[in-house]
Amino acid sequence: MDTFLVLTPGSYSTIQDKGRFGYQHLGIPISGALDTYAYRIANLLVGNPEDSAVLEVTVVGPQLAFLKETYVALTGADMEMTLNFTPVECWKSIRVEPGDVLNIQSIRSGCRGYLSVAGGIAVPRVMGSCSTYVGGKIGGYKGRPLIKGDVVQTGRGFLLTSPKQLPKSLIPRYSDEIQLRAVPGPQDDFFDEGLMTLFEAEYTVTNNADRMGYRLQGPPIIHRDNVPRSIISEPTIPGGIQIPADNQPIILLVEQTVGGYTKIATVISTDISKIAQIMPGNTIRFKRVDLDTAHAIYAENERMIRQVSNLFSNQQ
Amino acid sequence: MAGGIFEKAKFRIAGDRGLLVEYGETIDPGVNQKVRSMTMVVEKNMPDGIKEVIPTYRSILVLYDPAVTTPTVLQEKLTAMEERLSGIDIPPPKVVDIPVCYGGEFGPDIDYVAESHGLSVKEVVRIHSEPEYLIYMVGFTPGFPFLGGLSEKLHTPRLETPRTSVPAGSVGIANNQTGIYPITSPGGWQLIGRTPLRLFSPERVNPFLYQAGDRIRFKPISSEEYDRLAKEGGE
Repeated sequence: MDTFLVLTPGSYSTIQDKGRFGYQHLGIPISGALDTYAYRIANLLVGNPEDSAVLEVTVVGPQLAFLKETYVALTGADMEMTLNFTPVECWKSIRVEPGDVLNIQSIRSGCRGYLSVAGGIAVPRVMGSCSTYVGGKIGGYKGRPLIKGDVVQTGRGFLLTSPKQLPKSLIPRYSDEIQLRAVPGPQDDFFDEGLMTLFEAEYTVTNNADRMGYRLQGPPIIHRDNVPRSIISEPTIPGGIQIPADNQPIILLVEQTVGGYTKIATVISTDISKIAQIMPGNTIRFKRVDLDTAHAIYAENERMIRQVSNLFSNQQ
Repeated sequence: MAGGIFEKAKFRIAGDRGLLVEYGETIDPGVNQKVRSMTMVVEKNMPDGIKEVIPTYRSILVLYDPAVTTPTVLQEKLTAMEERLSGIDIPPPKVVDIPVCYGGEFGPDIDYVAESHGLSVKEVVRIHSEPEYLIYMVGFTPGFPFLGGLSEKLHTPRLETPRTSVPAGSVGIANNQTGIYPITSPGGWQLIGRTPLRLFSPERVNPFLYQAGDRIRFKPISSEEYDRLAKEGGE
């Protein structure tokens, strides 16, 4: 069923779900919502399964005219948003009626917002996923970001009996100075001093920052003597901190499948959501954690999302 | 560095959801055969908590769910499987011809590759199009084939800083590897030519012309032939 018409598309708005798994060996990247925390909560706020397809909007959001009665919620970046020119809040379900215009404007903090719609955005699945992979022109809405005039459909949802709002304490705050936790490896043995540099220095995010990866600038990370500068190409995973020949780190993200440079450390999966909200010019510090700590953080994050899920289902 | 298969697999931690298992540290058909056999065995048995297995030249990346398993448990299971590995049937390879127009605007780095090895451009073309290359791995972008067997005479390091956009069809060299960019994407390989073939067609039932384990031959073509084939492919 037709749900909304795109009046203005915003700077880069794509349909994403949890990602396209199982095809990395053919060079198909995972894609999917970069901030998985905001993405999952957005779905829970409108009563969707947490892995439904949503709209990922970047820096400047779209203006949408609704064609049917439904609920929506915007999470992630703190964005100014109005419904028929009246300001509405993020991290909260909002009822919309046919003819309503939702205007997601510019960001106050963060970088990417997630707009969920009750029933989930409905687009054909490509290789098992609704996620847009713009580089490969597949998935989402015709394999591309939304443009003016697109009409987007949603699946069969239900109307919430009561609107939902995420408790304030669970809403992340996005700062210009970010700490990312990382586990050394897979090629930490190619570095000695380089590891100290990585975990002590401050890095600035360059303008080369997108869903493929974030290029950083700061003190060069030097390989040990007598080790190759590059390796036989191997698969990458989101969060891998790659050190290319110019010694400036690149954090690899979800639209990448293999790489031939060494990866000194890997940002823990929970903190990929933080990366999604980082803007060029922000500064990053890396904090070293061991694998057990990373797994504990992962478990805690899952527990927190389950708690939100339970809280919301009890409200129904 | 010694070639061949490691006596014991080397395990590397790749974040909180990945375990990289290396079976060798060279580009070697025997090592790759082991990788492909292990991939098949692991995928057949799929121990609890494994979400995906990604084969490469000389290693497999195992993605796992940390809520279900740990790298220590996986390490034991994979080692046990490796010991039982024998007589695995691997499907026979097919050979795919890839027409390439070398040099000029299609291969902006071919002069650099030629000069750094004291070769003429013609010699680079001849040497590059001679072997039948084994596809060790597919990745980077949809259908990007990583090929082994590049002549030592052409080994050339990657660019210092990768290009932000490499046109679809570009054929490149990175150290001892050669490959083709199936879609326009960033990339750091030395570009020596371009194919007019579409290597990734998501609308087709089988979007790819080849898979890991198949073989590729490059056939030099003129720019007129390139234009003709590009037109045919576009229809």
